[in-house]
Amino acid sequence: MTAVEDASPLLQVRDLRRYYPIRKGVIARTVGHVRAVDGVSFDVYPGETVGIVGESGCGKSTTGRAVVRLEPPTSGSVLFDGTDIATLSTARMRRLRTELQMVFQDPYSSLNPQIRIGDLLAEPLVAHKRLDRAGARAKAAEMLATVGLPQLSLDRYPHELSGGMRQRVGIARALMLEPRLIVCDEPVSALDVSIQAQVLNLLKDLQGEFGLTYVFISHGLGAIKYISDRIVVMYLGKVMETATTAEIFARPRHPYTEILLDAYPEPDPRLRDRERIIVEGDVPSPANPPPGCVFHTRCPYAQDICRTEAPPLNAAGGARHQVACHFPLAQEAS
Amino acid sequence: MSVTPPVTASTLLRVDGLRTEFTTDQGPITPVDGVGFTVAAGETLCLVGESGSGKSVSALSIMGLLAGNGRITEGSVMFEGQDLAGLPEPELRRIRGHAIAMIFQEPMTSLNPVLTIGDQLAETMILHLGLTKAEARQRAIELLEKVGIPRAGAVVDDHPHRLSGGMRQRVMIAMALSCRPKLIIADEPTTALDVTIQAQILRLMRELSAETGTATIFITHDLGVVAEMADRVAVMYAGQVVEETDVYTLFDQPKHPYTVALLRSIPHITTPAGDRLTPISGSVPSLLHLPTGCRFRERCPHAMDRCTTELPALRPLGEGEGTHSVRCWLYDETGTAVSV
Amino acid sequence: MVTYLIRRILIGIPVLLGVTLINFLIINLAPGSPADLYLSPTATPEDVARTETALGLDKPVFVQYLNWLTQLLHGNLGVSFQNREPVTQLIADRIGPTLLLMGTSLVIAYLVAIPIGIFAARRRNTAADYGVVGASFLGISVPHFFLGLAMIYVFALTLGWFPTGGMVTLGRGGGFADRVSHLVLPVVVLATGVAAGMVRYVRSSMIDAFGQDYIRTAKAKGLGASVITNKHALRNALIPVVTVIGIDLSALIGGAIVTEQIFQWPGIGLLTIQSIGARDYAVLMGINLIAAIAVFAANLLTDIAYAVVDPRVAYA
Repeated sequence: MTAVEDASPLLQVRDLRRYYPIRKGVIARTVGHVRAVDGVSFDVYPGETVGIVGESGCGKSTTGRAVVRLEPPTSGSVLFDGTDIATLSTARMRRLRTELQMVFQDPYSSLNPQIRIGDLLAEPLVAHKRLDRAGARAKAAEMLATVGLPQLSLDRYPHELSGGMRQRVGIARALMLEPRLIVCDEPVSALDVSIQAQVLNLLKDLQGEFGLTYVFISHGLGAIKYISDRIVVMYLGKVMETATTAEIFARPRHPYTEILLDAYPEPDPRLRDRERIIVEGDVPSPANPPPGCVFHTRCPYAQDICRTEAPPLNAAGGARHQVACHFPLAQEAS
Repeated sequence: MSVTPPVTASTLLRVDGLRTEFTTDQGPITPVDGVGFTVAAGETLCLVGESGSGKSVSALSIMGLLAGNGRITEGSVMFEGQDLAGLPEPELRRIRGHAIAMIFQEPMTSLNPVLTIGDQLAETMILHLGLTKAEARQRAIELLEKVGIPRAGAVVDDHPHRLSGGMRQRVMIAMALSCRPKLIIADEPTTALDVTIQAQILRLMRELSAETGTATIFITHDLGVVAEMADRVAVMYAGQVVEETDVYTLFDQPKHPYTVALLRSIPHITTPAGDRLTPISGSVPSLLHLPTGCRFRERCPHAMDRCTTELPALRPLGEGEGTHSVRCWLYDETGTAVSV
Repeated sequence: MVTYLIRRILIGIPVLLGVTLINFLIINLAPGSPADLYLSPTATPEDVARTETALGLDKPVFVQYLNWLTQLLHGNLGVSFQNREPVTQLIADRIGPTLLLMGTSLVIAYLVAIPIGIFAARRRNTAADYGVVGASFLGISVPHFFLGLAMIYVFALTLGWFPTGGMVTLGRGGGFADRVSHLVLPVVVLATGVAAGMVRYVRSSMIDAFGQDYIRTAKAKGLGASVITNKHALRNALIPVVTVIGIDLSALIGGAIVTEQIFQWPGIGLLTIQSIGARDYAVLMGINLIAAIAVFAANLLTDIAYAVVDPRVAYA
């Protein structure tokens, strides 16, 4: 992890915004925006895993989709190895596609049910790397072994595989073009508990083997902690806190991070009566976010300034620890 | 085949040898196959298991709410001296929503979208408690306040789509409590909710069950939720209970290889990072192609010859007090490993 | 809601204009001139030209359409070629019987179809359900003209229970009972198709509702089967059914033309057939406009009804 510190970032997301218009009235004019992602910045260094964690509506998936340009950003930049892919032409983006891949949550709906696994894996090689069928198929067979699937799977259809195996296929497909960055969007959330660890371990092993860089998006703190080197905590389209995994879990500086950690049901019955904060209320709508700090409506420590002024993401001590809070928690907290 | 769970004065519900079959296009399946457990008055029993373990079907079997292609073929569901498994539908209806209430997983779809919250709360109380419309409405508002819904007086006339998922689940809890049931069956009530909302709902359910003395069967796949909620736990796998004990024993001294493996495969957040998770190999067997003998044997690191041929019974460990039962050939009656 | 309706109506105007333009073109592209029908076979080309000028048919089609539009803006649908009566007057005379026929058919069709659909849904995959599904398929498939003629043969000519056509018995006043007896056969013919379609919609919509989570909740509350069906399932099942009413109305207009012809029912449908035969362009254009507005209004009403039955729908 420390070796990573000196390198320059592979991915730099700067002030990324993604707004969806809300239309109303006789001529359907735009009366407002759903601010799905509202000024998000973070770096990803080669070979590391950055976890993006947050609850539904925080914009983590939209951020991930913008990083691989499945969604065009409203503003801001996404620099991949120095190239801004937010404004790249379609033709040049096509060339860059091979370096940026995505693994989706639902391994069933993200695989075309009509295509055999072997063809599904070989297809991008034929399209992007101009390999012949036989060569692509050989590579596909190799990749199946790498992700721990039997060779028989080559001629199977997606529905013939279990959920865990399908997710392995999803990972294999992402790996076929030898990408440098893979965005994993909730890759284990749809899987059974006993299968999740299989997939998490596989992702870790592949990272070591191929020197991959991951952006790992999840609402599950357990998985995030297990796989990430650094963590970005998001709430209502904004970054609340970012730091190394150890820092986030040992010394959360943002009240929201602390509350998120407190809310996690830890599998240890002796911790059930631990002292902790459970906030009331729901997450506000991203169509109408609160003024000032977006978290102030649920924050137990909110002051007057929090209701009017949005705190910037500031350095909070420690290696690359940043927090967007007027009153960060004391270093010793938690 | 399975032991009769002990009956004590405080036993509220005793499920014994329950077997539920469904006819499907691919043939008959038995999602619940010899399930037994007891729930004492006021206690929370967690049924924990993965998809296909039979935990939800067990709950629906208790309530007599199986879909048209499913039926109980064996076993009994003794509740306050009556066997619910053999009870005719009109008598079951008097129990449902009254003595036994249920909360479901999907708060977004479990409430009727075209009826007001108040109407949906009131109809149970009018039916089971004989309240008038006005009384039921007043009590509906009180219940909404009790489960922490702000502006209860206005929400009572709202339709469900106006509420968030967490608020709807509070309405479901209010509805379940409305006729002061002895038992609430909650089927994955927080699975669809965000983690901070889940924490709110879990705390609310714990407070309410302490206050009202209502027993709960809490169905979940999440061992973290089990650790938060359970007094006792029944671990289910492929239609059977494989281990049953109190929550502390389960986490401190799990006996069944499946429980042990499951606990090792889930990440903790309070311990420092480092330990690699140990996944369980393979996947849950299909109900259409169950292995012979022990259903976990294909994924079990300790599988022996006997596991292939004979299905172990759920047997109490130790002196037969029945506080810790395991369905595994690794243990004899005293709970010591017989051969590894 | 109000802004939504205004927007819908504003969008509707160009659509209606387009419909009238297309109709106008189709009518004018049909071979033959109305003048042919009003002159004797021995008429000279000069006679034809004079008549066409009198009817305004000598101008280019585009100019004719613009003239028609200009008249329309003054609330004038023109004058019938056939008998020189104003088109508005002709339509006003005929619209009452048509509304009576269509309205009665629609109400009766729904009154019969909704309970049958619910019945079939509750007995899904039983012999009774298969019977209903089979009968409704037959009802959809049988053409109006065939059903109408069969009805006349059996119930009017053979059994003599009902008159063969018309709206009142000539020379015998036309009391309430007389009018009802004239109404029965055409209503049965028109209602059959609508009811058969509606049975299928209601059935599948109810089956869908019975499978929803909130029905499981209702069962878990200990509610009885009739409360679950009539309160919890039916109200939800009617939401998609409401959207079909607009489509039904359009189909009903087509059905009414054929049915009125068979039963000599003095409504718009009969007027349409007579006007087609007489190449009475002015009347046809008027009827087309009225029909288009009726379909448009039916769809608008459907949207409003949708918002009424489904609390989740709020137009803005």
